Order: sequence, then structure tokens, then C-alpha cells
Amino acid sequence: MIRPGFTDPVKESQSCFRAVLEAMSRPGRIQEAGTQEAGGGLTPPEGLHPATAAVLLTLADAETPLWQDAGAGVAEWLRFHAGCPLVAAPEEAAFLLATGAPPALETLELGSEEEPQAGATLILQVAALEAAPGLILEGPGIAQRHELRVSGLPAGFWAARARLRPLFPRGLDLILCAGTRLAALPRTTRVTEG
Amino acid sequence: MSQDPGYNFAYLDENTKRMIRRTLLKAVAIPGHQVPFGAREMPLPYGWGTGGIQVTAAILGPRDVLKVIDQGADDTTNAVSIRRFFHRVAGVATTTRTPEASIIQTRHRIPEQPLTERQILVYQVPMPEPLFKLEPRLAETKRMHALADYGLMHVKLYEDIARHGHVSAAYSYPVMVEERYLMSPSPIPAFDNPKMHRMAALQLFGAGREKKIYAVPPYTAVRSLDFEDHPFRPHRAEGCCALCGSTTSYLDEVVTDDRGGRMFVCSDTDYCEERQANTKEQAA
Repeated sequence: MIRPGFTDPVKESQSCFRAVLEAMSRPGRIQEAGTQEAGGGLTPPEGLHPATAAVLLTLADAETPLWQDAGAGVAEWLRFHAGCPLVAAPEEAAFLLATGAPPALETLELGSEEEPQAGATLILQVAALEAAPGLILEGPGIAQRHELRVSGLPAGFWAARARLRPLFPRGLDLILCAGTRLAALPRTTRVTEG
Repeated sequence: MSQDPGYNFAYLDENTKRMIRRTLLKAVAIPGHQVPFGAREMPLPYGWGTGGIQVTAAILGPRDVLKVIDQGADDTTNAVSIRRFFHRVAGVATTTRTPEASIIQTRHRIPEQPLTERQILVYQVPMPEPLFKLEPRLAETKRMHALADYGLMHVKLYEDIARHGHVSAAYSYPVMVEERYLMSPSPIPAFDNPKMHRMAALQLFGAGREKKIYAVPPYTAVRSLDFEDHPFRPHRAEGCCALCGSTTSYLDEVVTDDRGGRMFVCSDTDYCEERQANTKEQAA
């Protein structure tokens, strides 16, 4: 049985998008998405958290090739509700959904110097997101510094991300989801592991 | 009023909104970089703010409060019709008060009152390419942005100074965003440029005819181009507002008769009315 998507797609995708936009504009600030308060909410398929499912339904459609590692149930749910092409090769994807260890970052689509906007968006579902000491974030969107604690990412992930930094404006943008929380790190954010 | 049931919420269809939303996220992730998008035909001609309207339609929600200004004024044709458009197709609350708005769509001004973290400023942009007058080939300007090769613009500013003694651009004064991308601030007066620097609100720019979206995230460095010996000097008319007496706001010159009579008034009508109301309160 395919689980239902948004009950009110227009309103729910708008409120989820605003959460993502706010998250992308203020890197590391935690936003809420996929909650029940907007009149119903969605029922995520097995393996996805509410925020992850809401972000996917908000951003993915027939124009966005998507790579995912969450299994056949999620693939079926995405195909039905978002209608996005599912690709097997991570480097072909505009959106990537990683519930486990993400593919090697440098192999993904990073855009070109002239069209850096083609760089992929990596949606990472993690164990927990907290506004607590852990990572120190600096860059555009941040007045001084933001602190964010991310649990459940493989060791070496932040070092691998930092290696893409010299390529700017090419790069990857991250959306981190846990439960009904999400945070985003655009390619401009500098991360220090504190 | 609830929305007109003949239209989808906020006029655009959901596929278009998703496309604009994805574009907006990439624009925020690469501050100052122009991202192409599939601008739709809108029920008003290009040049009347179709880019700004599409950006507003893609972000707008039922709980937003919308303010629209045209050259600082809430009561000019363009502002009134766009405000009514969204009131009709989205049923959102509208306001003329800057602090009450969650989204402010603007044509060619930044409000005098500093914006907060809870607000989003949407600019209507006629020509997003800052190098357009110097290099008309878009393929060429694209490469110049890729290489951050902005010598041409510096030469233009230098020639201005050599010829006129100062930079002759009073509006659309080019800025550098995070010291990486040269960006057109849209035709706001150079007076407003410093307000963009590390603004608390998110700034989104939509160009409908040119089909480009770009953005400046909050707290992002925006520097008006200048030279060490010719620092950037925003121009402001000498004088004070004839209605509220402000000596710091941006002024419009209004011709009052055909014998050379003129007066200066604030271009930001909400700011001016607020100040007049405060003065009356104090006098009472």
C-alpha cells in the first residue's frame, strides 16, 4: 500500500518550502516541516522521516532526476506522488536522498563555473538535529556564527565537504532532515567541527 | 476576502511554483549569481513587475502579510494593482505599514525603516545583468561572471570619474556580493545601496522578461564598487522633507507650479506618514 502524500498539496508544500527557504537563508537554524499542524500533514513511507518526505514532495517532480538509497517502498512512493525520474547513478541526479552514508561527494554533479546552479542538492536524513554545540557555521546568512549538532553522519563527511570549498561557485547544497526538523547548509557555509 | 476560486492559490500552477522554488534555493545558495528560470506569461505586461510577482507568488502563503511599493510609494498604480492582484488570487492580508509586512515587493526602493529577520524583500528587476551596457552578448557576460572578470566595470567607473569628476550612476549602482559576484541592485537609488549590506532580511530579485532570479541572503556583504581615492558617496538631495521634516530619508523633487516652484518630499510614503503622525501626537 502506498502511503498518502500531502492532504492539501498547495498549502503544505508552500509552508514546507518556506521552511526550506528560511533554512537555506539562515544556515544551521532549525526549522519545522512535515508537522501535523497545517491541517492533516502527510504520512511518510517506511524509512522516511516526516521532514524528509515533505521536502521531497515540495521540491521533486518530473524535471528533477533523483537518486535515493531508502529502498523500493520509498521509490514507489516517490514515483507515485512526485513523479520524479529515479536514477541509479548518483552523478546524474539533481536531488539525492541519503538515509545512510551518502555517495562520494566529489563524484556528484557540482555544476560548472558558468552554471553553478546545476550543482546537486543532497538531502540527508540524519538521526538528530539540535541547536547545540557541535558544528560552528559561518558565512552568508549568518550574523556571527550558528551552532548545530548533527548526529548520525559518517565520520569524515565534513572533511569531504570542505574539500569542495575551493571549487566555489561550483558545489553541493545540503538539506539535513531529522524527525520534523530540518536545517540546510548551502555551499557558501564554512563548517568547523568544534 | 477569500481567494478567487477561479485561480490556483497565488495564480501560478504548482509545477511553475516548484520550478521557481528550486531556482530560489539555488539563488540563495550562490549569492549574487543570476539563475535562469522559466518565466511565465503573467496577466500584465513585461516591465510591470512580472519577475517580482512570480517570486512573490512562489513564496506567498495564506498567513503572509504583503506590502507592495513602487518608488517608495504604496499608492501608485503599479503598487496598488499588484497588491490587489494578490489579494484577489491568494486572499492574503495586505498592508502599507513596513513593520507589519512579512513580504515586501518593491519597485526601485528599499524602505527607510530597517527590515527584520522575519521579512523578505522581493525586488522587481528590469535588467539583471550589471554588465549589459558594456557587453551586450550574454554568452560573454556569463563567462565574465564565471571568471569574476569585472575589469570592464572598473574601467567604466574610472572613465566616469575622468570625465565628470565622479561616478555618474545615481541608480542601478553596481555592487559586489561577498566579493565574488558583480550584481545589479535593480534600479534602486545608490542612496539605498548601503542598506543591502548585511541586511537582516532575505532579499530576492526577479526579472520576468530576462528570465533570471538572484538573491542576497541575510547578513551578506554587499559592497558598492568604488576606488580608494574616490570612495562610494550615495547621493541625496540637499534639504529636508516638506511634509515630515526628515533630513535623512531619500527625497523626491516635486514640481508644484509652472513658475519654478518645487518641494522635496520623502519617497517612502509609509515612513513619511508615520513621522507626520508622531509629530501630531507629540503636539497634541
